[in-house]
Amino acid sequence: MALLLKDGQPVGDSWTHLDDAAGAVPEGPVIVSLDRWRRDRAALITRNTPVGVRLKSNQLAPEIAADLARFALVALEFPRFRDGRAFSTARELREHHGYTGEIRAFGHILPDQYQFLVRTGFTTVELPDGAGLASWRHALAEIDVAYQAGVAGDAPLSLLRRKLATGPK
Amino acid sequence: MTHLSSAAAAGIYHYDEIDRRFLAERVEQFRRQVARRLSGELTEDEFKPIRLMNGLYLQLHAYMLRIAIPYGVLSSDQLRALAVIGRRYDRGYGHFTTRQNLQFNWIKLVDVPEILADLAAVDMHGIQTSGNCIRNVTTDQFAGAAADEIVDPRVYAEILRQWSTLHPEFSFLPRKFKIAITGSGHDRAAIAVHDIGIRARSGPGGAVGFEIFVGGGLGRSPFLGRRLADWVPEADLLGWLEAVLRVYNQYGRRDNIYKARIKILVHEVGIDRLREQVEEEFARIRGPKYRLDPEIVETIRRHFAPPAFAALPAVSPALEQARAGDPAFARWTRSNLTPHRQPGYAAVTISLKPTGGIPGDATSEQMEAVAALADRYSFGEIRVSHEQNLVLAHVRQDDLPALWRELGRHGLDAANAGLVGDIISCPGLDYCALANARSIPLAQDISRRFADLDLQHRIGPLKIKMSGCINACGHHHVGDIGILGVDKHGVETYQITIGGTATEEAALGQVVGPAVGYDQVADVVEALVALYLERRGEGESFLQTVARIGVRPFKEKVYGAAA
Repeated sequence: MALLLKDGQPVGDSWTHLDDAAGAVPEGPVIVSLDRWRRDRAALITRNTPVGVRLKSNQLAPEIAADLARFALVALEFPRFRDGRAFSTARELREHHGYTGEIRAFGHILPDQYQFLVRTGFTTVELPDGAGLASWRHALAEIDVAYQAGVAGDAPLSLLRRKLATGPK
Repeated sequence: MTHLSSAAAAGIYHYDEIDRRFLAERVEQFRRQVARRLSGELTEDEFKPIRLMNGLYLQLHAYMLRIAIPYGVLSSDQLRALAVIGRRYDRGYGHFTTRQNLQFNWIKLVDVPEILADLAAVDMHGIQTSGNCIRNVTTDQFAGAAADEIVDPRVYAEILRQWSTLHPEFSFLPRKFKIAITGSGHDRAAIAVHDIGIRARSGPGGAVGFEIFVGGGLGRSPFLGRRLADWVPEADLLGWLEAVLRVYNQYGRRDNIYKARIKILVHEVGIDRLREQVEEEFARIRGPKYRLDPEIVETIRRHFAPPAFAALPAVSPALEQARAGDPAFARWTRSNLTPHRQPGYAAVTISLKPTGGIPGDATSEQMEAVAALADRYSFGEIRVSHEQNLVLAHVRQDDLPALWRELGRHGLDAANAGLVGDIISCPGLDYCALANARSIPLAQDISRRFADLDLQHRIGPLKIKMSGCINACGHHHVGDIGILGVDKHGVETYQITIGGTATEEAALGQVVGPAVGYDQVADVVEALVALYLERRGEGESFLQTVARIGVRPFKEKVYGAAA
C-alpha cells in the first residue's frame, strides 16, 4: 500500500481505492472513480460510510460540483508529473466551490512539487512506489518564500511577497 | 568594482532580504536536485524540466545556461559579474537573446551550481528562462526614458516577475508562457507576438489600466494576439492574469506539444468564448485576495524613480558642434539615438551587430567596457533590447561624442541600430539542438554585404530577422525581411518573407517565392532591398512600399519576370 503523507509526515490511511471492476464494495471508506460514482451513485449514498471520488487530470472541478457535499475526499491524479491540471482543479475546489474535505494527490508526483500541492489546496499525497521519503520530508522546508497568494492559510495580497508559514520543520 | 552612491544610480529594482533568501534557497534546492539526479533518485525525464526551469539546456555541443535579465534591465555590477562568468566558465563571451536574456553556450554541468551561486551574489539567476511556466517578462528597452512613454512598464513587469516566480498553480502548464508589456503608444516590446501582450494605458484622473491581448506567438503556427480586454483596472491585473492562466492550464491542449500554446486554444475555441471563460473565472476569484494593492504598486514604483537628471537645455551645442565636425559621429547619432523625455538627454543603442559579427554576442571585455561607460554616462544601468543590442538609457547629449569615441575603442560603435545591418538572428545550427539550418554565418554574410554604412543609412530603417528553424526564435515572421531556415532532404534551404512587423501595426510576413539555397540568400536580400530603393515613394518605409505595390514586384525581381 502506498505511503500517505500529510504535512510532510507519514500518516495512517483509512481509505481504500476501489477498482471499477471490483464487484462488491468493501467495508469502510472507499475512493471510487467518477465513472463508478455515476454508475453506483444511489448504492454508494445509502452505504452511510464516507465515500471519496478520484478524478483523472482531464476531469475538472465542475464535473463533481453538484455532488461535492457527498464526498469526504477528492483524489486528483497526476498521470505524469508534467501534467499540472490538478493544481488548478484543487484550487477551484477550495476557492470556488468552498470544499473543505481532504484533497489527495496520487500518481506520478515529485517532491519538488510538494510545496505547490500544499499551496494549491491539497491535504495529502500518496507517495509513488519507490519515492525517496527523505526528499519528500525535506521538500516543504526547502523554499519558505512565496511571492503570490496561495490557498492554505495565506493572507490576502497585502504584500506581494512574504515568508511562508511552513509549519514545523 | 565601482559602487555608485544611490543618488547617482538609475532606478533599478534592488533585491531585499526576502528576495535574497529566496534565491539562496533556490540555489541550494538545485544543488540537491543535481545530487538526486546523480544518485538516480530522479530520472533524466524528471530532471529535465527541473534543470530547464533553472535555465539549463543541453545543446548540440555543450550545456547552455540562460540567465534571466528581468525585463532587460541590468546594473553595471551585474554586467561585470556576467563578464567574469563568461571568462571563467565559458569562452570569454556571452550571447544576448531576443528574450532580453543572456546565454552562455559552452557551460560544463559540473560548474553550474557554482555559476548559480556567483549569479546569486549579484541577485541574478536562470529561473523560469525555460520550461512550461511563465517565462521572464519582457518590455520596452527604453522604459522610463522614452519621450513617448505613457506609463512606466517596468513597475508592472517587476510585479509580474514577483507574481510569476514559482507560481504554485502555473509551473506545469501545457507549454511555455511569455508575457510582454509596453507603456508607450509605439510598441517596442512586440506584444502582439506573445502569449499575453499588455499595453499599459492611462485613464481618467491618471488611473492606470491595461489593454490585454492573448494568443500571439510565432513558431510553426504564427498568430497575432487577439484583444481580450480593453481596460483592466490596475487593481485587477493579477486577478485577470490568474483567470487567463487558470483557463489555459485547465483547457489548453496537452496531447500535442505543437498545439499546446495558448494561441491554439484561442484559435480553436475562439476569442469570444475564451473571453467568456476568463470573465467567469475572474468573477469567481475577484476579491481582496487577488487585488493588487496600490500601496504595493507605489512601493515598487519607488524603485524606478527617475535618476538625478541635470536641468539642461533641450539642444546641446556640444553635440551639434561634434555632429557638424565629424560625419561618422553624425551618422551614428542618426541611427543610434532615441529621444529622451528629459531635455538634454538621449537614450543610446549600443549595436551588437558590427559588420560580419555574430548578432547579440559580446565579449567579456566588451561587457566590462559597457559597464564602465554606464557608470560614467548613464547612472550605472544597462538595458538589453529584444533586438539583441544594449542600451544606455539616460546619457547627457553633451557626453555623446566622448561616449561614441569610447565605444569605438571596443568595437561597439556600429552606426546601424534599426538598419539593415541590425539583424536579429537565433543561434541556429551552430549551437541549437532544434535548428535545421545555420543562421549565424548567414547573418554575418548579409551583414558584410551591407558593410557600407552610407548605403545602410540611405536604405533607412529595415529589419531583417532570421530563424534557423520553424520555432522562430529569430522572429522571422515579423521582419521587414524574414528568413527561415528549413531542412529539405538534408539540404539547408531558406524561405524568404517580406512585410512583417511586430509593432503596434503587427503583421506577419508573406512568402516571396520558392525557398532558396544558403549561397543565394544574401543575393535575394540584396535584390529585395534594391527593388525597395527603386520603387519607394518619398519617405516611404519598406512596409509601406510592400503594402502599396504588393509582393509580386519583389518576387519578379528575385526570381525573374517569369516567376
